[in-house]
Amino acid sequence: MEMNGDNILEARDLLVSFSTYAGEVQAVRGVTFDLRRGETLAIVGESGSGKSVTAKSIMRLNPEANTIVGGGEILFDGRDLLKLSEKQMQRVRGPQIAMVFQDPMTSLDPTMKVGNQIAESLRKHLGMSRSRARERSVELLKLVGIPNAEERVKQYPHQFSGGMRQRVVIAIALACEPQILIADEPTTALDVTIQAQILDLLRELQEKIGTSVILITHDLGVVASVADRIAVMYAGKIVEIGTVRETFYDPQMPYTWGLLASIPLPTADRSQDLIPIPGSPPDMSDPPKGCPFTARCPYAMQVCPTEFPEYTVFSAEHKAACWLHHPMAPNVEPPVRIRGTR
Amino acid sequence: MIRYVARRLVYMVAALFIIVSVTFFISKALPGTPFANPKLSPQVREQLFEKYGLDEPLYVQYVKYIANVAQGDLGNSYYFEGRSVSELILQRLPVSAFIGVQAVIFGLVIGMVLGIVAALWHNTVWDTLAVVVAILGVSVPSFVLGPLLQYWLGLKLGWFPIAFFESWIYSVLPSLALSVFVVSTVARFIRTEMLEVMGQDYITLAKAKGLSGLAVIIKHVLRNAMIPLVTVMAPLTIYIITGSLVIEQIFAVPGIGEQFVQSVLVNDYSMILGTTIFFSVLFIVALLIQDIMYGIIDPRIRVSGAKE
Amino acid sequence: METRHRELDPSLFESATIDAYEGERIAGPPVGFWRDAWIRLKKNRGALISLAVLILVFATAFVIGPLISSQSPYTQDLSQRYLGPTSEYWFGTDKFGRDMWTRVWAGTRVSLYIGLLAALMDIFVGVVYGAVSGFLGGRVDDVLQRGIEILNGIPYLVVAILAMVVLDPGILTITIAIGLTGWTFMARIVRGRMLQLKNQEFALASRSLGASGFRLVWKHLIPNSLGLIVINLMFTIPGAIFAEAFLSFIGLGIQVPEASLGSLISDGAAELRFHPYLLWLPALVFCLLMICFNLLGDGLRDALDPKMRK
Repeated sequence: MEMNGDNILEARDLLVSFSTYAGEVQAVRGVTFDLRRGETLAIVGESGSGKSVTAKSIMRLNPEANTIVGGGEILFDGRDLLKLSEKQMQRVRGPQIAMVFQDPMTSLDPTMKVGNQIAESLRKHLGMSRSRARERSVELLKLVGIPNAEERVKQYPHQFSGGMRQRVVIAIALACEPQILIADEPTTALDVTIQAQILDLLRELQEKIGTSVILITHDLGVVASVADRIAVMYAGKIVEIGTVRETFYDPQMPYTWGLLASIPLPTADRSQDLIPIPGSPPDMSDPPKGCPFTARCPYAMQVCPTEFPEYTVFSAEHKAACWLHHPMAPNVEPPVRIRGTR
Repeated sequence: MIRYVARRLVYMVAALFIIVSVTFFISKALPGTPFANPKLSPQVREQLFEKYGLDEPLYVQYVKYIANVAQGDLGNSYYFEGRSVSELILQRLPVSAFIGVQAVIFGLVIGMVLGIVAALWHNTVWDTLAVVVAILGVSVPSFVLGPLLQYWLGLKLGWFPIAFFESWIYSVLPSLALSVFVVSTVARFIRTEMLEVMGQDYITLAKAKGLSGLAVIIKHVLRNAMIPLVTVMAPLTIYIITGSLVIEQIFAVPGIGEQFVQSVLVNDYSMILGTTIFFSVLFIVALLIQDIMYGIIDPRIRVSGAKE
Repeated sequence: METRHRELDPSLFESATIDAYEGERIAGPPVGFWRDAWIRLKKNRGALISLAVLILVFATAFVIGPLISSQSPYTQDLSQRYLGPTSEYWFGTDKFGRDMWTRVWAGTRVSLYIGLLAALMDIFVGVVYGAVSGFLGGRVDDVLQRGIEILNGIPYLVVAILAMVVLDPGILTITIAIGLTGWTFMARIVRGRMLQLKNQEFALASRSLGASGFRLVWKHLIPNSLGLIVINLMFTIPGAIFAEAFLSFIGLGIQVPEASLGSLISDGAAELRFHPYLLWLPALVFCLLMICFNLLGDGLRDALDPKMRK
């Protein structure tokens, strides 16, 4: 399958839904994006926007029983991950694509020594002997900055703090030096000071190993410091995508404006109030036909609820889906607070 | 871990103390002791009182009783004259233990298989089957199941003897009747635990490492799902004990349970109270072993002494 | 790259006033906790059928059964011994020529009384103990919990046996014997719930508004624990019915001429070889009761507290 040489992963028109008692919930509705070699792509959105589902779809880790992949493809290494057999997929998970989860308190097996949890993938994918895997586990723990690693490998997860556990999870993810690391809200469950440490660690390791990273988060502050590009997701769709500079300083979609206007900036003038986004995201078991943000958008027009807008391209990297960019639409300026940051 | 065991030991002794005290006072309050027989002349009664220490003040009797029980002396049977309660119990113990242990082993094996199959093939025919068996097993009591097996496998099909205990084949029906509850308890337990564990983040992480489905189940799911299974040990012990009372009665098995029911019928109070103490000790010891085993198996308790 | 835009009707680009809170307007009448639970329970076929069967058993035991039969459960007629089911004696007669149909329903009544009484005891002792322990917390909680831990070290059927050795058998004494330690499970659950609830925001809010402790427990904590209590009762009732049957089976339960399902099963089992119908009929009713209570309990648990499926 054809892939752009710069890209390590391409998602095309991904459709994922879940069958629940309340009906079919359409979590991801036609998501398309590329991941370049060595870059960090952030996928930003509120809870329920489909960002985690997108991430888990790449690993094919959504619950088998009720997940329906309605269409699309995820190209990696010239192959469509969605078409691989479970056996083939097992060889991708770990050595090719690895994942760090949101809650370090629950993502380690409480009954297994930390060292063995790291060694598991070393033994499976790299065919290491028991003793070699043990040595390597110690090295990995050192790499992720866990002091006294020789002793720590023999301990159980409950003997680690949250931040330390997340380091262990990162060590597990990086054990086989994967080409892609998917970090699903890796800092959300941690204290702010620990968050910074974990982000620094991720960035440092990325440089060392040269992994591409997909960073899932709802925290724009996190994004600014580590990502190269940002994809903003809303109601199962990417509504804006661009480099960090472009999305932060020249956002083109009212939802992105809303997101940016709702982060408190220490430099901002006190007279500029934080502007919350009114309302809440639509019900995904019956998603709106048109632009899903219409109901909350202060600039909504008659056309908005009728049809999802096409993407308007602003630069090689930057595009957004919004009817305001149609030539017939009135000219609208972003709110003062956003303009102020330009 | 040591503190944890010490704590359990204290509770165990306290529970035992309460039971022994209660049995003592019950024995004092009972209406018809053999010595209340009006045919006995006052002299004979006095001699008997002296012999059994009944003429001493209550608290002296109490202390003596506690001391005796602590040494394993449960007194003499009123009915089988001259024979000690402990001796009568120990004599009957092997048969009861054999039937009970056989039932537990059978129940554990079948129950685990059933529970694992049900969880792995969740929402399929196997799952439904396991759930039906589990519901039937806890709903149909041994005193209905026993006669049912007796009638069907024993009388109608003639496969197994329906009463007495002469060789292994005689133990099949009683053990089977006892084990159905074990099967359903274990199956239900393993099924819910596994379903719960399979939804945990650490299982997703194990899958994200690229482990095969089988490796995930054996190394992570089963391991985590089996640990809490230890907690059914004490409840199953008590079930087997009480179950043996009716099952041995139904199948005329010469075990402790059958003897206990007989002593109830003939008002052999010292036997009733002694057996009660014996049952309680069994249960309490099972509870203690259960708690210690849980501590050994679960690293959260073994290493830190407490569950987070 | 340049985006090509389609020509569209200019009126489409007029501003639309859209209420952001439109989506949050409540569409129908609010669905309360119990209504919601009922909707969920209705989807569970097993639980629903069990509920229907239980209602039928209750109705038959208390009203229909005795009403449509002219026989008495206690009248002996030695000329009518061991009759199999006939048009006159629908379930046959026992060794004293007593009518089994009415006897089975009389026994069911006794079993149900005992189950319901045990449920009441569970509420009055278990819920109160648990609520006090959980709400007061601290040292009181410590002491009360140690008490429970010791009680849990004593097998409850053994306690019931001991109690029955001393007490005169009757519905009330049997229930007391069974309930003597049976309430500890309820107490534990209610305590856990109280501890969890009392630190939640709504309880703190109520306190900060000056609500008294009693008011807090009565108006907030108990109503929020009701689901849990109801679920638990669904397991207490069959447990008590089982315990009584067990006591009857070893000769410590209801005494003749009264009957309970347990004593009928016990009598039936003794005559299994030649008159099996004496066992099957009470056993059938008994198992039906147990199965239905268990299924209904499971269903209620799923409906009332989806998070607590164990």
